[in-house]
Amino acid sequence: MSTQMASAQIRIPTALRQFAGGQATYDVTASTVGQALSQLTAEYPDLGKHLFNDEGQLRSFVNIYYNEEDIRYLDGPDTELRDGGEITIVPSIAGGAIDIQPQATLDADEIMRYSRHLIMPEVAMSGQEKLKAAKVLLIGAGGLGSPLGLYLAAAGVGTIGLVDADEVDTTNLQRQILFGTSDVGVPKIDAAEQRLKDLNPHINLVKHNLRLTSENALEVLKDYDVIVDGTDNFPTRYLVNDACVLLGKPNVYGSIFRFEGQVSVFYAEEGPCYRCLYPEPPPPGLVPSCAEGGVLGVLPGTVGAMQATETIKLILGIGNPLIGRLLRYDALGMEFREFKLRKDPRCPVCGEHPTVTELIDYDEFCGFGGNHVEPDEALTPEWEITASELAAARAAGKRPVVVDVREPHEREIGYIPDSILIPVGEIPARMHELDSADEIVLYCRTGVRSARALEQLRAAGFGKLKNLVGGIHAWSDEVDPSIPKY
Amino acid sequence: MSARPTTAELKLTAAQLEAIRGHARRSYPDECCGAIFGRLDGEARVVTDLQELENSWDPVERRRRFLITPQEYMRVEKKADARGLTLLGFYHSHPDAPPRPSEFDREHAWPWFIYPIIGVNGGEPAELRAWQLRADREGYDEVEIHIDDT
Repeated sequence: MSTQMASAQIRIPTALRQFAGGQATYDVTASTVGQALSQLTAEYPDLGKHLFNDEGQLRSFVNIYYNEEDIRYLDGPDTELRDGGEITIVPSIAGGAIDIQPQATLDADEIMRYSRHLIMPEVAMSGQEKLKAAKVLLIGAGGLGSPLGLYLAAAGVGTIGLVDADEVDTTNLQRQILFGTSDVGVPKIDAAEQRLKDLNPHINLVKHNLRLTSENALEVLKDYDVIVDGTDNFPTRYLVNDACVLLGKPNVYGSIFRFEGQVSVFYAEEGPCYRCLYPEPPPPGLVPSCAEGGVLGVLPGTVGAMQATETIKLILGIGNPLIGRLLRYDALGMEFREFKLRKDPRCPVCGEHPTVTELIDYDEFCGFGGNHVEPDEALTPEWEITASELAAARAAGKRPVVVDVREPHEREIGYIPDSILIPVGEIPARMHELDSADEIVLYCRTGVRSARALEQLRAAGFGKLKNLVGGIHAWSDEVDPSIPKY
Repeated sequence: MSARPTTAELKLTAAQLEAIRGHARRSYPDECCGAIFGRLDGEARVVTDLQELENSWDPVERRRRFLITPQEYMRVEKKADARGLTLLGFYHSHPDAPPRPSEFDREHAWPWFIYPIIGVNGGEPAELRAWQLRADREGYDEVEIHIDDT
């Protein structure tokens, strides 16, 4: 770090000049923006109170520009000064008729329940009342939605909305701690309601038993103060982002995959949105979902708990939110890395000249079907075979070459007898092991990867190919139930 | 929120009041916002100029929110400094709500500035009242408005 001193000038806004002896500018010699501001506030402490909160952090409606650029997008208070530089203190001027958070009051039971919050000055009664008055929408009651729901309900967030149209499935229980074995087959929002109301009967739970779409999203989101994205697919993630930008609401984002998680707060009013970070979705199938790629069960616990933390901070208005920062968590290395995010002035949703001013077709935007490409959408029937048809063909003495395109560790769980293993990623290098004169049947877990493998082989000139519809799961259902599904 | 009168007062001409009313009427059902410029005369703030500003909050929420971007603020303040005027504050409208500062207003308010708020009922401008944040940020003081009819 350089400690080069520079002479610079601070421009003081009209409203604060009274605290600085009436002057509009203040000359400093310092090495960073933070140092320069410290000098100013050391000389004029009353001015400091309007710039910084009790924790010494810049108030959210105070903007500091250095040479016309917001220091949030430079190096923050560490931004280095050059001779002749100009620091400008710029107030955000905002207001409005209706209070987001009308005051709610706590009864004696609640005061007892929240006592560990109430004895901290950063929360106290006023903060707990803000939590009670707050309305938070959780999109997805799954791996992330589970710890989110539990912690937000426990913390006393007064209104929690849940969006989910699924039922609890046995494969959920490895990570979705909101549910128990007895909940399997029950709609998630009903099971969640029971658990959360038991945890905290003071909360109001709003059930949205639906899939979020471009048609219903604005209506569902509009009454909430904070939106928390716990989705597992790209179309919904872009939909939630765009709806939040259009409605001016903060979007507490989390995503998980295998051993890695990401967290940020996308709030276009104060920083970048998801599209500033990822303007375009990845091609369908490139990024596998958790159902395809797997996820460490405890990972959503860590990431969801961080999302819950950010949500509570936003409601209380304390601390330093993850706005303009992306936190990446690597569970195997047990490492956190932080990346600064910049608002993109050309962002199609939150930029200076937005081209997306209403919700669009997000399935189309992300490629048909998003990242859940169903093989029957991609392949015509002549390229497909059902598990029953394959079993019947074998019974009739036909011997197509059956290729398992899954990974070796998946094959350990179970496989179709007399099949060979070529993981989908190795197809290009190993296709010479196959004979294009043979009938070839490809399978994976549910038929998605094998459809991709089929396309690769077809492009290479193979013609006698079939994709096993529904993969080894269908084989288990239709032919051999002793093969476990996973 | 308790309000007590301060010694500060805001002096407007009838034409300026009508300009604010017109802006509020045209913007309904959205909130309008603008800057007021002028000079200090003892405890009084004398308005000499108004400037309508764009409400930069997103379209869906503009019915209950207004936002003036930092870039716009910088332009407004530089303009005042260049013309030897003082930026006295910002007005906005409360469509179908009383002209009292909300908690949201208070969280975002700045000291010293005067915040005139005009109520609008069903599209028709109603009462104009002016407010100033207390130095401790804990509440507002109401500022008396004097309309000069001449």
